[in-house]
Amino acid sequence: MLEPLEEKTYVLNFGPQHPATHGVLRVELEMEGEFIVKANPDIGYGHRGHEHMAENRNYLQFLPNMGRVDYLHALAYNQGYCMAVEKLIGLEVPERAEFIRVITAELNRIASHLLWVGAYLLDLGAFTPFLYCFDDRENILDLLDRVTGSRLTYCYYRFGGVLQDIDQEFIDGCRKFAKRLRSRWRDYENLVTKNIIFIERTRGIGIITREQCVRYGLTGPMARASGIPYDIRKCEPYSAYPLFDFEIPLGERGDTMDRYLVRMREMEQSLRIIEQALDKLPDGPIMAEKVPKRIKPAAGEVYAAVEAARGEFGCYIVSQGDVKPYRIKLRVPSFANLSILPEVAVDTLVADLVAILGSIDIVVPEIDR
Amino acid sequence: MVGAPPAAPLPETENGKTETHMETAATIFGSDLFRMIVGLIGVIALVSVNALFLIWMERKVAAHMQLRPGPMEVGWHGAIQTIADALKLLGKELITPEDVDRPVYLLAPIVIFLPVLVSFLVIPFAPKLIIRDMHVGVLLILSFATLTVLAILMAGWASNNKYSVFGAIRSVAQNVAYEIPLLITVMSIILMVGSFSLVDIVKAQERYWFILIQPLAFILYITCATAETNRAPFDLPEAESELVAGFHTEYSGMRFALFFLAEYTNMFIVSALATVFFLGGWRGPFLPGWAWFLIKVYAMIFLIMWFRWTFPRVRFDQLITFAWKILIPLAFANLLLTAFVMKLF
Repeated sequence: MLEPLEEKTYVLNFGPQHPATHGVLRVELEMEGEFIVKANPDIGYGHRGHEHMAENRNYLQFLPNMGRVDYLHALAYNQGYCMAVEKLIGLEVPERAEFIRVITAELNRIASHLLWVGAYLLDLGAFTPFLYCFDDRENILDLLDRVTGSRLTYCYYRFGGVLQDIDQEFIDGCRKFAKRLRSRWRDYENLVTKNIIFIERTRGIGIITREQCVRYGLTGPMARASGIPYDIRKCEPYSAYPLFDFEIPLGERGDTMDRYLVRMREMEQSLRIIEQALDKLPDGPIMAEKVPKRIKPAAGEVYAAVEAARGEFGCYIVSQGDVKPYRIKLRVPSFANLSILPEVAVDTLVADLVAILGSIDIVVPEIDR
Repeated sequence: MVGAPPAAPLPETENGKTETHMETAATIFGSDLFRMIVGLIGVIALVSVNALFLIWMERKVAAHMQLRPGPMEVGWHGAIQTIADALKLLGKELITPEDVDRPVYLLAPIVIFLPVLVSFLVIPFAPKLIIRDMHVGVLLILSFATLTVLAILMAGWASNNKYSVFGAIRSVAQNVAYEIPLLITVMSIILMVGSFSLVDIVKAQERYWFILIQPLAFILYITCATAETNRAPFDLPEAESELVAGFHTEYSGMRFALFFLAEYTNMFIVSALATVFFLGGWRGPFLPGWAWFLIKVYAMIFLIMWFRWTFPRVRFDQLITFAWKILIPLAFANLLLTAFVMKLF
């Protein structure tokens, strides 16, 4: 009845329901023993048709969608879309609003990175750091909840400014949080960065060269871990970022360890930006004066990009002079970042695949859109 | 049999008859059979209560290490939460997937549990509180502990699930790799005592605990024991983020609970052995012997839990390399050193 197997390899379905895929991603693995011969990510399980939705709504109605594309760094997506629309209708954002945008977006970036660190270590089998990270992240969520009114899918920025002003309590909270997070670096270092098992699991695993980064269009911490100093906050400065002094952390080897270290150091840089922005916070309006009630831009095309937690988020809008956009294309970083998986996953173990997939920091709904 | 009924002819008078009956009764109560029955009931009670307590303890230990309170709702600080969970598991439907190898699939949870029970026979909780003091006690426990692998292999293979097979394969490789250094480490203790009886080993620690003169052996033993019980950072057979739930992916309800129970009971056994080998067993001032024994066992279990909630998981090849290239040479070196020192003095 049973015939001897002739094939040496077999297929293992990694997901769509799997603890390490962070959502509904399916990776079709062709395996030989525990080694991966071929990895083929199969996406689209969480497709909601955001880009199509944009074609059926006016500009403002589409704004809440942005917080749901990447729910972890929702404010960057808010910002990217707002910047594109502002560019399209030629709207100037007041300085105070830009500062508030920077502060909240950077807070959100730290929250996103913290969640990544926790989830990544969970992938590697360490449960406790996950809750430490969530404990820290909770502070950010409380702070942002205060000004934006929500804890996860923020919709805080408006065309020409922000929804509401920040108050002294928020500013004090930010400073307190920066102090607290800095005091935690040592815990993270002792618990994770110096842990021999963690080092053994991540060093030299999933090495991505500079050339590969360029070829696949990798951005964000993925590219920076491979030594490419590409950060839109520096390369194509937007908002109030040129006013602040911060560095771009770079990796040397481009392995999963570097990706971890880059993200850890980025959090420190974000704290620096927040503190500088709080120090220099100007007075003034938080909303541009002449925001049209009905946005009906002239025909044209516009592209605006921001540095999201996972890389370059770009928003490309084509307008044909209607109240609704003709087409919106969202350039999401996770999609490009995931595309390198088949190349790096070859000849690794399943455990390494988990480490590599985790280090990419994918947000599956963002890939599927 | 020590207390076998006397084969003497029955006396004729009524008086004599009652006496004989009483004698027989006395021999029965003092006999191995009686000891066995009481012992087994005791063991089963201990196993269940211990598992209930350990699961609660694990959740509390984990919670406090993770800056959260843990179960708080059912009972004092969630003390009877585990009982509620066990009841829930009892009420669950037992799902048998379609294409499993039925007899093996159903047998595996039972097979994993039996060796665990047997191991309790020879553990000395106090000088007299032992079901049976065998002169091969150490061998009995270690050989029955090996049977756990068989059950895991059965469960993994019969489940007809790739992740389960993965877990089973890993488990076999891991247990074979870690059993060797474990045995060699235990050998160095045996060498010092000159007996396989657990009672003798405890008696030999009258002047000092063996952890003081065999610290390396203790570290080796704890490492191997953690791997033997499939606990993090060596929990590869059930590595959640890689293999979903490993060998027990397809088990639900009470069958899953049996695997769970076996894991916690195994933890108790390896900790009890560590107590006997290195921590002087029941020895200690003021408190009765059994209390000291339990305190030491639970301290060891706490240590194992501490590992789990601190370390990430090692990779499979690293795990095997660690066993063959580091632990086994170290264990051998320790054994040789012990033998050398024993011979010298």
